[in-house]
Amino acid sequence: MTTPPASPSIPTASRPMVEMIDVHKWFGEFHVLRGIHLTVHAKERIVICGPSGSGKSTLIRCINRLEEHQRGRIIVDGIELTHNIKNIERIRSEVGMVFQHFNLFPHLTVLDNLTLGPVWVRKVPRKQAEETAMYFLEKVHIAEQARKFPGQLSGGQQQRVAIARSLCMNPKVMLFDEPTSALDPEMIKEVLDVMIELAQEGMTMLVVTHEMGFARSVAHRVLFMDEGRIVEENTPQEFFANPKHERTRLFLSQILH
Amino acid sequence: MNSREPSPLTPAVNPGDTLKPPVTAYGPVGWLRKNLFNSVPNSLLTVLTVAFLWKTVPPLLQWAFVDAQWATPSALCRQSDGACWSVISRNLRFILFGFYPYDQQWRPIVAVILLLGLIFFSRDRKYWTKPLAYAWIVGLAAMGTLMAGGVFGLSAVESSQWGGLPLTLLLAVFGLTAAYPLGVVLALGRQSRMPAVKVLCIVYIELIRGVPLISLLFMASIIFPLFLPEGVTINKILRAQLAIILFTAAYIAEVVRGGLQAIPRGQYEAAESLGLNYYLTMRLVVLPQALKIVIPPTVSILISAFKDTSLVVIIALYDVLKTTQTVLSNPEWMGFSREAYLFLALFYFTGCFSMSHYSRRLEKQLSTEH
Repeated sequence: MTTPPASPSIPTASRPMVEMIDVHKWFGEFHVLRGIHLTVHAKERIVICGPSGSGKSTLIRCINRLEEHQRGRIIVDGIELTHNIKNIERIRSEVGMVFQHFNLFPHLTVLDNLTLGPVWVRKVPRKQAEETAMYFLEKVHIAEQARKFPGQLSGGQQQRVAIARSLCMNPKVMLFDEPTSALDPEMIKEVLDVMIELAQEGMTMLVVTHEMGFARSVAHRVLFMDEGRIVEENTPQEFFANPKHERTRLFLSQILH
Repeated sequence: MNSREPSPLTPAVNPGDTLKPPVTAYGPVGWLRKNLFNSVPNSLLTVLTVAFLWKTVPPLLQWAFVDAQWATPSALCRQSDGACWSVISRNLRFILFGFYPYDQQWRPIVAVILLLGLIFFSRDRKYWTKPLAYAWIVGLAAMGTLMAGGVFGLSAVESSQWGGLPLTLLLAVFGLTAAYPLGVVLALGRQSRMPAVKVLCIVYIELIRGVPLISLLFMASIIFPLFLPEGVTINKILRAQLAIILFTAAYIAEVVRGGLQAIPRGQYEAAESLGLNYYLTMRLVVLPQALKIVIPPTVSILISAFKDTSLVVIIALYDVLKTTQTVLSNPEWMGFSREAYLFLALFYFTGCFSMSHYSRRLEKQLSTEH
């Protein structure tokens, strides 16, 4: 795949934040990722879509080593992912991750969920970490819930807390793994709004989602994956107006009504 | 963003509209009807139970309290129809302290009070701070010094003379507090990705669980010393203590493993994606949740371990059970075993019930649902 046509909004001049070179991954015998080449520049926003089982979640989970790739190279912010556990922990602390099922820590209050990483990984004094946490909770419009436990919040609120939890680590890249798929329809918007605000502030984002409205308005590039390969890659305008690949057209016709 | 308009489909409810249930459905009459006389078999059972209690409870109270002898010599007891609690009260010091020198028995009293005081202050999670940890260290050292003596002008008392309540509490409290962390470590080891650690933990757990505690105690007291070089001896109490710890830990390990398996994969992933290492992930995210889930089965194990400390009689340690039995073998007090064993039952029940009561309170405190 070549770089998409230069558009004024795509930051290509900056150095690559994430580089994936010929990445392969197998689950047992099953070949999930079949030679992924992907370069993500700082401040770039990429939406990845595709049918289930196409490897899109696995792709972003490889970037912070929740899944281990078996061939090829992945370089995040200049550090290559190898078996070096120190490097892995360093990359993880710089890469924020938001999950489909939120994965908040149910035994901790919202505030403690947010300060856990900064206090124990970054060694930030607790008081300062709490101030940062309150700042981000306000950003995701949920500061009044700081003392509650995750189980007492709605799905949309939990997901916004999860986003704030990642932001507290001051990440250089944010990965979103189907962040709205587990939400009731009425709560999807509140989460997408927060993600759009984040995009406007220039966060580097990789988002696996089926929210095509979000892709259209926020993404610099849309990637379509099928059977472990990036089949098509384009600007959202071109991607939706002129899908080149047969498989893409079929997929779009099924999810756009 | 969160305010939702009330749905027009929901009918308006006027607070004045609420009706009271019929009088037979609430209050004492309602309760009786609902719980004791709600069907013919149930009514029959109620009547039978009341008749049975009427027959048994008054005579029992008569025996245990009204006609009871509380502190008389045994001769008077034998003439009386009531319970002879004198077997306890007149032998209390031997039951509680065994063969500990009579004039020195204030020392185990102080040691036991110290221990119970520390346990009492440890019950509230508010106090789980550094000072409490120091208090435990100082307290344990003081207890050891008091019991063993040999310094500060205290006469030395051989550990073979220790017995009764201090021995039971020693075996129980240390057995349980040491077995718990060991069990957690074993459970984590069993889940380890390192094959050597994993196999070692599995072998340990399965071996220990496959053997009764009695045989472990025998091994600790008889077989184990055979393997030691000549002249080296390890205190008998310590050996029994080790056997209890190793035994209980294996059971705790399996219970904790169940808790670990109940933690969803997503919790590990969330912790890891924040950059937490294995140790911090376990300590801050996984174990607090897993251990909370397994409080009820863990407490069951701790309760049975507490009762199992009485098995040390078979290696001739004089715990509370053995000292009480010794009193009963004295011709003067022979035949009052009912009273003696009731007393023992009450003692063990108090210990077990406090543990289970405390565990329920802890569960409530740790609950984070609404």
